[in-house]
Amino acid sequence: MALKGLDIFKLSPKKNCKECGCPTCMAFSMKVAQGAMDINACPYFSEESKAVLSEATAPPMKSIKIGTGESEMALGGETVLSRHEKTFVNKTRYAVSLCNCMEEAEIDAKIKAIGAVDYERISERMFVELVYVNYSADGPCDYIELVKKAAATDRVLILGCTDVEMAKAALAICKDQKPVLNGATADNYEAMSAVAAEAGVVLGVRGEDINELYDTVAKLEGLGNKNLILDVGTKSIKDAFGTAVQMRRAAIKDSDRTFGYPSLVNAARLAKGDIHMQAALASLFTVKYGSVIVMEELSYAQALPLYGLRQNIFTDPQKPMKVEPGIYQINGADENSICLTTVDFALTYFVVSGELERSGVPCNLIISDAGGLSVLTSWAAGKFSAGTIAKYFEEADIAGKVKCRKLILPGKVAVLKGELEAKLPDWEIIVGTNEAVQLVKFMKDMQG
Amino acid sequence: MPFNGKSGKFNASINAATIGCGDKKITLGGENVLPFYTFDAAIEHAPKVGVEITDGGLDKEPECIRKYYEGCRTVVDMAKKAAEMEGADFLCFRMEGGDPNGENKSTEELIAMLKGIADAVDIPIVAAGCRHAEKDAELLQKAAEVLDGKNAVILSAGEENYKAVGAAAGLAYKQKVGAESAVDINLAKQLNVLLTQLGVNSQSIVMNVGSAAAGYGFEYVVSTMERIKAAALSQNDNTLQMPIITPVASETWGVKEAVASEADMPEWGDTEMRGIDMEVETAAAVLASGSNAVILKHPVSVATISKMVQELV
Repeated sequence: MALKGLDIFKLSPKKNCKECGCPTCMAFSMKVAQGAMDINACPYFSEESKAVLSEATAPPMKSIKIGTGESEMALGGETVLSRHEKTFVNKTRYAVSLCNCMEEAEIDAKIKAIGAVDYERISERMFVELVYVNYSADGPCDYIELVKKAAATDRVLILGCTDVEMAKAALAICKDQKPVLNGATADNYEAMSAVAAEAGVVLGVRGEDINELYDTVAKLEGLGNKNLILDVGTKSIKDAFGTAVQMRRAAIKDSDRTFGYPSLVNAARLAKGDIHMQAALASLFTVKYGSVIVMEELSYAQALPLYGLRQNIFTDPQKPMKVEPGIYQINGADENSICLTTVDFALTYFVVSGELERSGVPCNLIISDAGGLSVLTSWAAGKFSAGTIAKYFEEADIAGKVKCRKLILPGKVAVLKGELEAKLPDWEIIVGTNEAVQLVKFMKDMQG
Repeated sequence: MPFNGKSGKFNASINAATIGCGDKKITLGGENVLPFYTFDAAIEHAPKVGVEITDGGLDKEPECIRKYYEGCRTVVDMAKKAAEMEGADFLCFRMEGGDPNGENKSTEELIAMLKGIADAVDIPIVAAGCRHAEKDAELLQKAAEVLDGKNAVILSAGEENYKAVGAAAGLAYKQKVGAESAVDINLAKQLNVLLTQLGVNSQSIVMNVGSAAAGYGFEYVVSTMERIKAAALSQNDNTLQMPIITPVASETWGVKEAVASEADMPEWGDTEMRGIDMEVETAAAVLASGSNAVILKHPVSVATISKMVQELV
């Protein structure tokens, strides 16, 4: 819960010493309440008061860090239940599952496939970020050897292992990479917690049902371990979804901090052998409250829509997605192909480039910085005008990079034609279509 | 210490709209909880899955779809086969060939096909237009007429043609009117208000609030649906309590992830798998955000999503 300025003021030293830079303690309290200043800027705030404040201002859901160096990532830390309320902060991460119950050849093939999906989409690297390494007591392969192989992929590991001794041995190999030890149950939580704490890694907790999970988390917190991830279980899809939603809602809406941890959804287990169902579940839990989702495999077929969805869901609603300004060559265009221009709003880019691709006509799509707004909005805001287009053409030396001198303008800003002709005298300015869907016909007609 | 969760059940609920007739009729909506929140209260009517076919028959379909309909010679044959698909609750016939900017098929030709389909199948029917406001005004009035007594959904009445479509479908022939708006809660609300002012019973309206393929501005779809459900349930806004029906196939089977051939994108792998997963993942996300029905195309997608819904409800 956010504290009001007055609540903070009541706890303040009320000296009005100005050492914090504010004229009064009241002004300082107000700034702290807004998040504009840190409480520690005041040298006289008593430790007890600070403890009271930090308890009250602690986020409802912990942000848990896993991995090290470049692979380090944060999970959880959300403050709202819906993205339109504010922003989701830490995106869902996807893991591919390995198990010592698999044949060696299968394991090797899976490890190879993990590296295959790796691409960029609107300035974000899309790849399999995590590997889930499951331990099965009667598996034919050696678990420790499997952990070694998995660690060599350079992905952050999640050790799915409820056997305390085996977990200890596995951590001895990979603890420096800061994996997750997903192994605490109602029966072994004390020993598992000690193993995780000693290795300095995050502990995953599971329960037979939501009540047992809650109880075990409370007991672990009682032991002082608050570095946790909660496994929503594999009893059924319905049960896993119910647990994921109720956990998140309790933490954020009802301030129940016992459930204020990231979640782990084992879709590989929930829909074993049904890869399309796993794709559906990955999508479902990306929308509703999965922090980590484990799949049996993640091929391009599943990854392309899934990573696109994630990128959409975890954008800041107040900050539109932008593509980089530049010349985008479509359908094998070269310097002699016809040019079009539009704004850098990602959705506009995707729709326009998609339609251009469908037209089959080679063309250069020239994107300039328009503040990430749509065509009419950026035009109204003065961020997409004859001036900005001409300026970008000069800065990026477009005339030096393409030989064609025909430029198609979005139909909605036909009004810019005259001014643009004056600013780019070498170019023939053509007014294009109002809607992207009309581009296919327009481009074919132009060519014909 | 057991978990003591608070219930998220609302006092308001989504309208329950029954479509079709006889044994195969289905009901959309009726719930008083967020999507799949069965732990708050039971959801009587699970979300439904529809199968889409178009007047273009098999010619324009990707090969993986043609495979399923092998042996079908007419659109009516296809409709019969679609109705047998595992997990199919209703059939959507999209008359996209009517678009004057496209093939510009005549209303008579399309309506004759629709009539043939309606006579051949017994599952509920959704008749979808060609997304050209003027043509749809004419086409969908006729569709409402020819489906008289079938309790069908007429998809859709938009801002520009709601009077013609709404009057024919909602008033004259007592069908369900699909109110289509473009991913914006205010536009959705406004159209519902306009239709009810026209005299259409609010219980006879279902909404298509717009969609997108996953990755293509899908955040607007999620937020629009979530905000509509929040307004309908927590604020008891009866201008937004209509069930939502979302055409997914018509969005997902056009994006490059689903259509690019394996020859063009070798590292992406099998085209059919990409098409299915794009459809499945988009449908799952649409349902999680609040849709009461989705319209799909591939048999594997229909079976998968139908199974997911059964597991969840």
